[in-house]
Amino acid sequence: MAKTSRVPMREQEPEERIYNFNEVALGYNEEEALLEARRCLQCTKPTCVEGCPVGIDIPAFIALIKEKRYRDAYTKIKEKCSIPAITGRVCPQENQCERSCVLSKVREPIAIGRLERFVADYSAEEAIDIETESSRDKRVAVIGSGPASLTVSSDLAKTGYHVALFEALHLPGGVLTYGIPDFRLPKDIIKREFEYVLQLGVEFIPNVVIGKTILLDELLKDYDAIFIGSGAGAPVFLNIPGENLLGVYSANEFLSRINLMRAHHFPEYDTPIKIGKKVIVIGGGNVAMDAARVSKRLGADVSILYRRTREELPARLEEVIRAEEEGINFMFLSAPLVFSSNNGWVNGIECQEMELGEPDASGRRAPIPKKGATFSLKADTVIIAIGNRPNPIISRSTDGLKTGRNGEIIIDPATGKTSKVGVFAGGDIVSGSATVIEAMGAGRIAAMSIHRYLTTGVW
Amino acid sequence: MYRIVEKKRLSANVVQMVLEAPLIARSIKPGQFIIIMVYERGERIPLTVVESLPQAGLITIVFQEVGKTTRLLGKKEVGEELFAIMGPNGNPFPAKLYGDVVLVAGGVGVAEVVPIARALKDTGNNITTIVGARTKDLLFFTDVLGSISNNLYITTDDGSSGIKGLVTLPLKELLDTVHIDMVLAVGPTIMMRSVANVTKSYGVKTYVSLNPIMVDGTGMCGGCRVTVGGETKFVCVDGPEFDAHQVDFDELMQRQKTYIEEEKLALKLLEEGNG
Repeated sequence: MAKTSRVPMREQEPEERIYNFNEVALGYNEEEALLEARRCLQCTKPTCVEGCPVGIDIPAFIALIKEKRYRDAYTKIKEKCSIPAITGRVCPQENQCERSCVLSKVREPIAIGRLERFVADYSAEEAIDIETESSRDKRVAVIGSGPASLTVSSDLAKTGYHVALFEALHLPGGVLTYGIPDFRLPKDIIKREFEYVLQLGVEFIPNVVIGKTILLDELLKDYDAIFIGSGAGAPVFLNIPGENLLGVYSANEFLSRINLMRAHHFPEYDTPIKIGKKVIVIGGGNVAMDAARVSKRLGADVSILYRRTREELPARLEEVIRAEEEGINFMFLSAPLVFSSNNGWVNGIECQEMELGEPDASGRRAPIPKKGATFSLKADTVIIAIGNRPNPIISRSTDGLKTGRNGEIIIDPATGKTSKVGVFAGGDIVSGSATVIEAMGAGRIAAMSIHRYLTTGVW
Repeated sequence: MYRIVEKKRLSANVVQMVLEAPLIARSIKPGQFIIIMVYERGERIPLTVVESLPQAGLITIVFQEVGKTTRLLGKKEVGEELFAIMGPNGNPFPAKLYGDVVLVAGGVGVAEVVPIARALKDTGNNITTIVGARTKDLLFFTDVLGSISNNLYITTDDGSSGIKGLVTLPLKELLDTVHIDMVLAVGPTIMMRSVANVTKSYGVKTYVSLNPIMVDGTGMCGGCRVTVGGETKFVCVDGPEFDAHQVDFDELMQRQKTYIEEEKLALKLLEEGNG
């Protein structure tokens, strides 16, 4: 059975997709999903499940696909993951479930992510029966509405708790909404998955900044437990001369203007974006790929500047390949030194050529400046995508909440407990920028331990 | 949520509104600001709260109709709702006892300075206020500031009210003649820069309340970054008040002009009825 190779997923062709924001990956149809599902060996000791941070029963839902019981497959996934249409799209399955698929030892692993997405999209229009436990009198406040918080909220709502979900922005989803572009994760998918969380009875409270509108300690008086999932929303800058010139954006600002505020539809939407003909994105992660591919769709000639080589790019390989297909130019072993300007606007970057030395703390070979080797590039828009730090608003305004060197909230990883009684945390606010599914995994752990805390009363 | 309960025109293009925003009304402090969205497709813009009534759950804002968003806001009537109000953002202005304080205000800064003036009066400061406008018809809140301040000076560019000239004229006179412990300037960036330049040579501690372009207002985008004392600061989370003598005003003024063409286009379309 496993002799066949995995069924490819249809995509918009590069020459077409660079002119629109529609989804690049088109998903399986029923026939393709059935073909792919039939490749699954249905291992008695499935290793794929171990690779899933939220523990989806992968062989079970694939077996249900084989039987064409798509709705049951959907319910099976939903037992462990509230937002499968999202995780099916943005999870790095190649590092998770698919990497631990036994087939990957001999040939291509089962396309678990694609099957998850198929099931979620197939059942999109159908109402799903939600089994929730009878309601409990305890109340939980969840801060931020990104993937970690959505997991905590749905897990606890299903368990019968009253959950209030606080969001600082006007829309739910956190980084899913402001960070990930439509062509990777369409907004109607987020909306649909969020509707489900609301159906579980979660109360959504937008436009409230915990730490400002309501202090964490005030919240503790009204709620029996709190989960902080406020994310890594603070952009890191390079601290090099010229960084505040016009035309230099943080990736957060650039992507928020597009994804959250819809600036690509200006003047139909009121928030503008200014983009030149020649865009340089600095960084090599998924955010850098997103910023580059958005720029391409806005009509720019785009280059990515990265200080190591293609091998070390932290972005998902799939995203790197798509960026390459879309004609984005990669300049490796290059680091910016200073931005030049004309009339206040950035017009170029002075760069340093790098070479790779010995492995550093991250295990990757460290980039070292090559003596005397500098060069200059023209640029009229620069997007800095070198990472994000945990948002400091809550930790700065709360006593007794232990944080680390970069402002990350310190927790016990086994329980999600912070140094403050009744307060749990998880996701990027703890780990720094990581993946959607890792945040969800952390949310799952915290939800279980919140439930334990609220039933036993023992911290 | 966010219903308009009162609306009053203070001058030709300055409007005062009282809004329902109970959570903000009970938490906002002088110096902090809010972010509003007029409607779903709108921009997020920062505004200052002039007064809050925690018991009634109401806040008062004052804004000048300059661009599309503030024009749209100005068209909203009592009973209508705004799409979003978020806040408070930024840090409260430290309303401690400084001694002899001079407040300099222009434009909507006249409204923005009111809550800070009240707080400074409550902590026992001796307050002198200088209010500047282009002409008499653009003045507002002079009565309010007059009642809070020990001394009030009015300046107009054309001399139609008070002293003829800019706010820096009486400010220099004061600096030359009386003791001043602290100056706070709130208003157009160009005015704040002039104030900073004047007080610098006298070595008087001076604060300004900065008003850059913002998107989220929570430290997420960095669009509001400004150089203060050689370091990049985010006005939304590190400010909005800063040591005036450390601020790179030229950079700030340049950054404020980023979207000038888009702002003109949006306004033009609005005026043509295509906004």
